[in-house]
Formats: sequence, C-alpha cells, structure tokens
Amino acid sequence: MTLRISEGLLEEIRRHGESAYPAECCGVLAGRVPGNGDKEVVRLAPAVNRRTDDPHRYLIAPDDLRRLETDLRADGLEIVGYYHSHPDHPAVPSGFDTEHAWPWYSYLIVRVEDGRGREAASWTLDDERPVMRFESLEALSEV
Amino acid sequence: MSVTVSIPTPLRSFTGGREAVELTGSTVGEVIDGLLATHGGLKRHLMQEDGRLRNFVNLYLNDTDIRHLDSTDTPVREGDVLTIVPSIAGGRPAVETKEELPKLSHAEVLRYSRHLLLPEVGVEGQRKLKAARVLTIGAGGLGSPLSLYLSAAGVGTIGIVDFDVVDLTNLQRQIVHGTSTLGRSKLESAKARLTDLNPNLNVESHESRLTAENALDIIREYDIVVDGTDNFPTRYLVNDACVLLGKPNVYGSIFRFEGQASVFYAKEGPCYRCLYSEPPPPGLVPSCAEGGVLGVLPGIIGSIQALETIKLIIGAGDSLIGRLVLFDALKLRFRELKLRKDPSCPICGDQPTIHELIDYEAFCGIGAAPAYQGPEVVAEQLKEERDEKGDDLVLIDVREPHEWEIAHIDGARLIPLGQLPDRIGELDGHAEIVTYCHKGVRSMKALEILRGAGFGKVRSLAGGVDAWASRIEPGMARY
Repeated sequence: MTLRISEGLLEEIRRHGESAYPAECCGVLAGRVPGNGDKEVVRLAPAVNRRTDDPHRYLIAPDDLRRLETDLRADGLEIVGYYHSHPDHPAVPSGFDTEHAWPWYSYLIVRVEDGRGREAASWTLDDERPVMRFESLEALSEV
Repeated sequence: MSVTVSIPTPLRSFTGGREAVELTGSTVGEVIDGLLATHGGLKRHLMQEDGRLRNFVNLYLNDTDIRHLDSTDTPVREGDVLTIVPSIAGGRPAVETKEELPKLSHAEVLRYSRHLLLPEVGVEGQRKLKAARVLTIGAGGLGSPLSLYLSAAGVGTIGIVDFDVVDLTNLQRQIVHGTSTLGRSKLESAKARLTDLNPNLNVESHESRLTAENALDIIREYDIVVDGTDNFPTRYLVNDACVLLGKPNVYGSIFRFEGQASVFYAKEGPCYRCLYSEPPPPGLVPSCAEGGVLGVLPGIIGSIQALETIKLIIGAGDSLIGRLVLFDALKLRFRELKLRKDPSCPICGDQPTIHELIDYEAFCGIGAAPAYQGPEVVAEQLKEERDEKGDDLVLIDVREPHEWEIAHIDGARLIPLGQLPDRIGELDGHAEIVTYCHKGVRSMKALEILRGAGFGKVRSLAGGVDAWASRIEPGMARY
C-alpha cells in the first residue's frame, strides 16, 4: 500500500501548516483508488479545524465532511485520507491520533518546526490492533 | 422497516466492499444491532466497550444527525437511509505528556505490570514515574522505607542527602541498610540495596549535611523533595528552600510511637511554617536517639511519604496538601487535621519577610545561648572517685525506668527527671552527687534543678551511661 502524492501538493500541505502555526492545520486528501491497494491524491481540500479550544487538536466535523464528499463525488473523486500538522513535534501519530483513527484512510502528518514545514509521513490504522502503521509515501515530481 | 445503511469507504472492507447494506428494524439502535450482528468486524470501530457509539462516529438518519433526534431510540421508516459519517480528529500530544516521557522497555513493562493494570497509573503514569526526579533528605528511619518503595515503584532518579555511617543502632528500623554494611557510609549502603532492588534506578548521592549554602543548588535539580530528617533546623531549611524554589515537600516525622505526615506545597496550600511558625525551644522535644522510636513506625510514616510522592507524580487521588495526618501506633489510630495557609506566614504569606535561606541553627536556638552549663565529670574520673569514696558519692540516674532496665550503673539510684522536683527531699543536700542519663543532656537539666534547690556538690556524668558503657564497663548493654 502506497500513498502517491505530488511534491507540489506536499508543499501545499507544508504551507498550510506554516500558516496555521503554532496551531494545527487539517485537511482532506482527495483522490482515486486505482484498485491495486494504492491511493493517489489528486487534490487537497483544506478543512475548517472545529477545535478552537486547544491548538494541539484538530477536528473535522461530520457536516463539513458530508458536504465535501458530495462535492468530490461530482468530480469522480473520494476521500482517501486526511492531513494535519504537528507543530514542533515529529510527524508520528500521537496516542490521540491513533485512538481516533479510522481504518483504511491515510493519515498524513507534516512536522512544522519553528514555523517551517518539514518532513511528512503517512500512516494507516493496523487491521488488527489499535496502532498506526507507517505507509510508504511516493512523492511524484510534477512534469 | 427496511432501511439502507450507507457504509463509508474506510469501513467497506468489513462489509465485503459493499457501499450499502439493507437491514430491518424499528429504531436506529435496532438497525445498528442488526448491522453489527451481520458484520462483526465493524464493532471495534463503531462501538465503545460499554456498547455506546464511539464519540467520533456519527449517524445521520437521512440528513439529520441522530444526536439531534432521539439518538439510537429514533424510530425509522421504510426507505430511510442511515449514514455512518466519521468525525476526523487527532493532533500532536500536549507538551508534557507521553511522547515527551521516557519509554518503557519490555523488561520494565513486566516489572511494573501490577502498576500498569491500574488505570490510575497505567503506562503513562509509569512513564511519569520513570521521568521523575525525587530528592530524599536522609537515609535513616524514614528515608529507608520511602527510598525502597520509590525505587521499587520505578521512580527514575532518586537523590539522597546524608553524611552518616551505618551504625548497629540504626538497623532496628533503617531497613535499607544491613548488617553487611555496618560502618559503611549510608549513601553507599543505600545505593547498593536500592539498585539491587531496581537496576533501572539512577541514584544521585549528596554526601554532605544539607545547609543553607548548598540546599538551593541541590533541591533545584529535583521535582519533589521528601523530608526524612530528624531535626528542626534541617526541617525549616528544607521547607524554606522548597517554598523559595516552588517544590512540593513531602513531610514526615516520628517520635516514640507517634508520627505525622503531610505535603507542604506553598503553591497550592500551607507550608511547614504555616503549621509551626516557631521551632520548639532546643532540648524540649527529644530526638529519637534520646527518646526512642518503635522501629515499625518509620516504616508506616515513610510509606505514607512514598505514597504521597507517587500520587503527586502520577497526579492521582487526593493529596495530603492542606492536611496533617497524625498516627498513634499504640492505639492504632489515624487522625487528620485540616491545615490552612497562614496569610502572615513569613515565607509563603501575603507579605513574606524571608526571601532567602537563613541560619537555621541559630533560628532553632542551637549554638545560641546554651542551656544550663554545670560542672561535669568524665567517666574515668567517676570510676576512680567511686572506688575511693564508695557510697559517699551518690549516683542518680535521671532516665526513665525502661531505660534503667536496659542498663544502669551499679549502686545508682533511679529518679526520673520528671519526678526530680517532687522527690528532691529524698536527697541529702550535703552529699556529693553525680547525675547521669543516656548521653548527658537530661542529667544537665537535673543539675540545674538541684543547683536551684541549693545543692552545692553536684556534677553530671559527661556523655552519660553511654560513655560509661563504652569506656568503663564494656560488657554493659548500649542503646
């Protein structure tokens, strides 16, 4: 299972994280599932972080998600995962991330250190146990 | 009623890839029960262990969140669509939580498994213990049980301040030491025992007396201070240093059959000075060396201190902040006093007058105006005079009867200090008298009483019966 995303979109996620810093940004990875188990991100849909009480949490509300899903379907796309930033913290899932993770989706985390977007890593929930597994990320340079 | 349940992409692997499942039921709850009955794999992702929906799982009946309806009791109608919609949540951990804490090795998980089973401790609490730095003042009666329990519990770093040597009289209660470490420094002895108990432990030794000069530098490096001292100057010093540095001070003290414990934490409650603004006059409260202590007692009070320390670290339960526990071992009774922060406390009150550490010996009256200083006689001199004068030299033992039972000088007369003023008439005012006690403190007080009553020829045995036993009668029991 590989998450394929272009370098340009990764850069866009970093910039989103930088603009939200020191709070967290969050958004949707919209794309296609070719059928070989891989996922391909076609575009991003920044989401409104509904958690305003704690800068180290994000929440995408179900109403927002339903609206987004309807829009994406019209374009033949679906939600393949989500991204969020970890301000001054490694791009590894927190206990809270794991606890709230859904199966199958890709969870892409980008570290934002001192306001600068850094490395990104993608994770998926293990089928059997409540742990997040590293997912290979293929960054495609745009032609 | 036949209802369509729309399955979100992430859960389709549990429905054989199907986007929707047709089910029957009369309420949302019944439909969901039916879904879980036919697709058991969904249960873990949708439901909590108590059978309720997980908080980030949302159910929409047609276009309305069922939380805005009658929740799972909402009735359904033929042709309704029930949609499972995720809330997507996450976020980096808060600053001082688990990700910042040291990890536990497999061996540690096994070692602390009984802790990990307690939800109040758990992995996070155990990692907090591992990260914790606790300073214990003294490796004696209280320091022994508390350092043993803190080590066993997995506290990562324990600092110990002590400068004493293990002595045979210690072993009746100081269980961190042993016969094999007699004569060795208490720090060395304690470190060997504690690291044997838990090799993961990091022991930091401070082989010195805690003084106003070094206290701030030592205490600054720790999260929590546990006071196991046996004297007032150090107790006030520990208190003041903790208040100035904003550290909690887990207090315990013992005497004979009684003990006290509390947590003094000026940020959240009273400090030791709020309870005892002034030290008692020197000599009024005897030390354990003078008054004795039941060996189990420090085990109980020191364990309470270890318990309170662990609670502070893992943040569980109600701490002893603002409460003083009094324990009476003979009655086996615990009492509790509510303590209030004193607004006029000189160090943690509204207008503090103490802003730095002071001279605590002087504050406690030690070394200042000495108590009564009368003539003394050394043991060797007393022996010689007794051989010469026999019964003309009256020897008075002013200790308690139970001390007399342990050992006394042959031919002496027992008049406990407390009874002396009333029994002074039993004595001949012209006789030559020598008083003695255990170590020479109480006998000096007796001298003061006798002198005050007009007795002229009275002296006190320097070093008490202890000096006599060590130098004149080596076969005599010492305590």
